[in-house]
Amino acid sequence: MRVARIQKAEKPVNGEVPDLNLLNPLIEKYKGRKGNMIPLLQGAQNIYGYIPKQAFEKISADTGLSLSEMYGVATFYAQFRLKPVGKHIIKVCHGTACHVQNANSITDAIQDSLKIKDTETTEDGLFTLESVACLGCCSLAPVMMIGEDTFGKLTGKDAVKIIKEIRLKENRQEEK
Amino acid sequence: MSKTQVIVGLGSCGIAAGAGKTYNKIKALKEAENLDFELKKTSCVGMCYREPLVEIVDSTGTYLYGEIDEDRVFEIIDKHIVQGSPVKEYVVQSDLFKTPENEFLDEQVKIVLRNCGHMDPESIEEYQARQGYAAIRKIAGEQISGADVIQKVLDSGIRGRGGGGFPTGMKWRFAAGNPSDEKFIICNADEGDPGAFMDRSVLEGDPHSVLEGMIIGAYAIGATEGVIYCRAEYPLAIKRLNIALDQAREHGYLGKNILGIKGFNFDIHIKEGAGAFVCGEETALIASVEGERGMPRKRPPFPAASGLWRKPTNINNVETYANIPWIILNGPEAYAKYGTEKSKGTKVFALAGKIRRSGLVEVPMGITIRDVIFKLGGGIKDNKKFKAVQMGGPSGGCIPEYLADTIVDYDSVNATGAIMGSGGMVVMDETTCMIDVAKFFLDFTQKESCGKCTFCRIGTKRMLEILNRITEGEGRDGDIELLEELAYQIKDTSLCGLGQTAPNPVLTTIRYFRDEYEAHIYHKKCPAKVCKKLLTYEVDPEKCTGCTVCAKNCPTHAIDGDRKQIHFIRQDACIRCGECFSRCKFDAIKIY
Repeated sequence: MRVARIQKAEKPVNGEVPDLNLLNPLIEKYKGRKGNMIPLLQGAQNIYGYIPKQAFEKISADTGLSLSEMYGVATFYAQFRLKPVGKHIIKVCHGTACHVQNANSITDAIQDSLKIKDTETTEDGLFTLESVACLGCCSLAPVMMIGEDTFGKLTGKDAVKIIKEIRLKENRQEEK
Repeated sequence: MSKTQVIVGLGSCGIAAGAGKTYNKIKALKEAENLDFELKKTSCVGMCYREPLVEIVDSTGTYLYGEIDEDRVFEIIDKHIVQGSPVKEYVVQSDLFKTPENEFLDEQVKIVLRNCGHMDPESIEEYQARQGYAAIRKIAGEQISGADVIQKVLDSGIRGRGGGGFPTGMKWRFAAGNPSDEKFIICNADEGDPGAFMDRSVLEGDPHSVLEGMIIGAYAIGATEGVIYCRAEYPLAIKRLNIALDQAREHGYLGKNILGIKGFNFDIHIKEGAGAFVCGEETALIASVEGERGMPRKRPPFPAASGLWRKPTNINNVETYANIPWIILNGPEAYAKYGTEKSKGTKVFALAGKIRRSGLVEVPMGITIRDVIFKLGGGIKDNKKFKAVQMGGPSGGCIPEYLADTIVDYDSVNATGAIMGSGGMVVMDETTCMIDVAKFFLDFTQKESCGKCTFCRIGTKRMLEILNRITEGEGRDGDIELLEELAYQIKDTSLCGLGQTAPNPVLTTIRYFRDEYEAHIYHKKCPAKVCKKLLTYEVDPEKCTGCTVCAKNCPTHAIDGDRKQIHFIRQDACIRCGECFSRCKFDAIKIY
């Protein structure tokens, strides 16, 4: 948790309209069920990685849920994103144990290196930086998680090095 | 003779430490060399500080090996399995001989964690082999009535382990006493405290015990439907809960006329939380399950009368439910044997921070905080001085060193201004700034305030601004009093637990570390040397070699000095970024 509240939605990437048909099975499953709003939003985010404006509109039109209530719920919970995210999400743990072992210096170093702020995505769409509450690896503090991999006992330098290696790998793949 | 077993601990923390790689390596080795042993998985045994853990059980006894990364796999498999001689220096626990880690283990009483790390959490057969579902079978077999079950829970003296400390039996009795065609039972698994991971370990390590506790609760209060509200950040816990739910349905522990009890129809489903700390509060949690913004509702009516969908609802935390089968099976007297007069049984704590052995411990109530930290936790890392321990997360407070002999029970901990909370214990040493800690928690609660109550929404923000000011050297005379005034106003005028407790970290640090606040405000100094703006950086002329690294990297060119000459920091130009300190290879930058 402890994610800074999400900024307002922007235009979808490159003005592309996401494929809204992907939502149909989800809407079919939850339509008319009580308490369905959060599962619908979670499902939409699972499909697109974020909740596009058009998805809000389609869900509202198909289920009768009000747009304003859906927007209210989506901006209340830290989980929901209204903007597309990068290929790799860098989760820096800011739980208590990591905080007292200087998690801020990890976030600072990454911000400097990637030239983005917390919750933002790099221009090339490779990385999104996120601060999260306890990842539950307190004995390895300070910790960050990229994809499925957890990196512990970090310094700012270590963190930047790990990210640079991922970027190199990505660039090499692109060249191929 | 049964087959030798090799068991790898695959909890979240173990996986983070590389246990997945260890497991794969052992598997590959087993196949390549055609070795004769059974490879199994388990979850966290609590010794996070020695992960990855691998246990070998052979005909001679049990050997738990610590820190078995990929590189050590070959060594222990080769020596122990192939040659038959255990590698004693890596053993952290054995039933044959003592190790230094026995300090960590001997004082513990494992009720909640009875199965964690001792069985495969994805196997209902292993759970049943360890007396799993025996409690609900006993109830069905001996036809124990719901009222008698509640009486047993009452007699055990167990109080809510989520932090509130309300007697669980009373809660159940209220919910049972409200007739309704539909009733709900909810498990609060929205463990949101930063620095607490007890519930996650139980869900990952022993999901069936939580289900069994909920089934017993449902039987006792007459619930028809169960909900587990679990953080979406716990994917492994959710995966294992889903496996456990399917298995429980197959074995007839969930469904219609459970275990032949006529009319006992009950099923459980999982609701993934969407990330809001306030949803740990029961009425906010209910709003969230209903699909709304997680904002608390006014009480009364309490959930026991009107909860989910306005029906009688009982909510307990993961740890509370995990205790229930044990209590039914072993009797309330056996449980009440542990603990103090008003706090019975055991409590699980997550030890973290500047402590040698960080991990999960379960201790009887009544043990002193000092024993937990020094006996079990092995004391402070790097031989630093113990300063305080934070209990109760953002709702709790900091207990200073001189109160470390406080015993662990609800009332004694409350008396210090902290709370028992869900069980996070974050240890701090002399290098931790208490104002920085207070600021950290307030920053958290300020962001997590749902915004319903004005004082919680705006008051916490104002308090945070004052703390920011103090740590940046802009503190003013009267700031401490202003903080206290705001704190009490927020406590008095907030609807739910979040607002009522949010000022606790500030109030306790003012109470026990007022001198530190004063040092920041009046002398513009941070005694722990954490608050960067209050530090002075100077070059130690004895150690400076004149390498020029600091001068080259200073962003404001505040460092003068030629090559091989002693350097000098101009204080008026220094912005205290700490760059010179982290760059210097000769330890020549001193901080005052």
